[in-house]
Amino acid sequence: MNEKPRLLKILDILTLVLILVAAGLVFFYAPVEKVMGLVQKVFYFHVANAWVGMLGFTVAAVAGGLYLWKGEKKWDIAGLAAVEISFVFFLIAIVSGSIWARPAWNTWWTWDPRLTTAAIVELIYAAYLLLRQGVDDPDRRARFSAVYAIFGFISVPLTFISIRLMRTIHPVVVGSSDPSAQGGFSMIAPMKVAFFFSLFTFSVFFVDLLWHRIRLGRLQDKVEQLRWGNHRI
Amino acid sequence: MSRFKAYLRALGAIVWKDLAAELRSRELLSSMLVFALLVILIFNFALELDIKARDTITAGILWVTFAFAGTLGLNRSMASEKDRGCLDGLLLAPVDRSAIYFGKAIGNLVFMFIVEIIVLPVYSVLYNVNLFQPGLLLVIFLGSLGYVAVGTLLATMAVQVRTRDILLPILLFPLALPVLIASVKASNGFLQAIPLAEIMPWLNLLIVYDIIFTAIAFMVFDYVVEE
Repeated sequence: MNEKPRLLKILDILTLVLILVAAGLVFFYAPVEKVMGLVQKVFYFHVANAWVGMLGFTVAAVAGGLYLWKGEKKWDIAGLAAVEISFVFFLIAIVSGSIWARPAWNTWWTWDPRLTTAAIVELIYAAYLLLRQGVDDPDRRARFSAVYAIFGFISVPLTFISIRLMRTIHPVVVGSSDPSAQGGFSMIAPMKVAFFFSLFTFSVFFVDLLWHRIRLGRLQDKVEQLRWGNHRI
Repeated sequence: MSRFKAYLRALGAIVWKDLAAELRSRELLSSMLVFALLVILIFNFALELDIKARDTITAGILWVTFAFAGTLGLNRSMASEKDRGCLDGLLLAPVDRSAIYFGKAIGNLVFMFIVEIIVLPVYSVLYNVNLFQPGLLLVIFLGSLGYVAVGTLLATMAVQVRTRDILLPILLFPLALPVLIASVKASNGFLQAIPLAEIMPWLNLLIVYDIIFTAIAFMVFDYVVEE
């Protein structure tokens, strides 16, 4: 338990190498986009960040479901780990999106479905963390946060749909494209390489961080048990 | 069949208990009502509700008022269970746990309806708009249903948390957002006499939300009250 597993060490180094390569691809391999210029480079890591944010949200909901089903402590630890990591990544995605939006849309923020949904997801993460803070009993805390993670996971698509029913200007770069979107562009091959490599890199980064956070969560759990144990006797 | 009957009886008893307690103390409804009227008053000055502005934002004002007053009621109704140890009593009773959830939810829904039924004519008189349209009433019914379905479950959680009074809105609003958006849009549609075909997507969204969240709350309620 206390010894850092060898596989994790390898994963740490792999993540670091991947991030360096991804940054290299973004800055030196992928060409500068014609219309938007250098600021378009934000896009590669912006989407990857948002992807990790949503990935963590899914992991938290699945972990929540598994916790309610099996009642095993590890699912609670995994859920919290996923939410904490995604909270940070999603914040970076929102901030980097704003940096891109300022030159592309001439505004830092619009109330578009994707942006608004991102803000809501971030608020749900914050509420999740606040909820956990308010409960002392570890068992109850785990149950409540599992329930909340599931509720959040189901309500977010509905929020997205409801805002989608109004209009959107966010570009859809991967998959279909809507002519009313502003700031869209079509990716040429080197851009695609850099883009998908970034996505892959951030996914590995997420797994690496998740592993570290789960290890930390286990230690926290141990400390908590020792403390509660002492109080009771 | 008799089991179903017993279930309904338990459910009815819980609703009746809430209504009877409220009828005697009147503390929940009166505070919800006064609060709702105060919110409208504040909106009146904050937004300067002249005739032009009124047309487009009446739906928004109504729903913000209902949502705020609803939070107040949800918090209070669960807190009174918790404070006097009634929740433990309810949990000890030999009835299905979901009957407790549905009982509390129906009670909360009734309180919310009463507030809405009083706020609507007051608003109509103050601003000279007719709010008693069947379409609008349907939206208010569906919207309140979804709001209370999620709210009752989250309030049950919130009262067991240290920071309970401030926590419920923080937990509830981000999850209830689809209900609020769809309700505002649909209400606005009916008030502006937009063709029904354009309002239908919002009504459908409300119905979907109501069904999904009532079902999930029903499934997870056990975990929220477990000791």
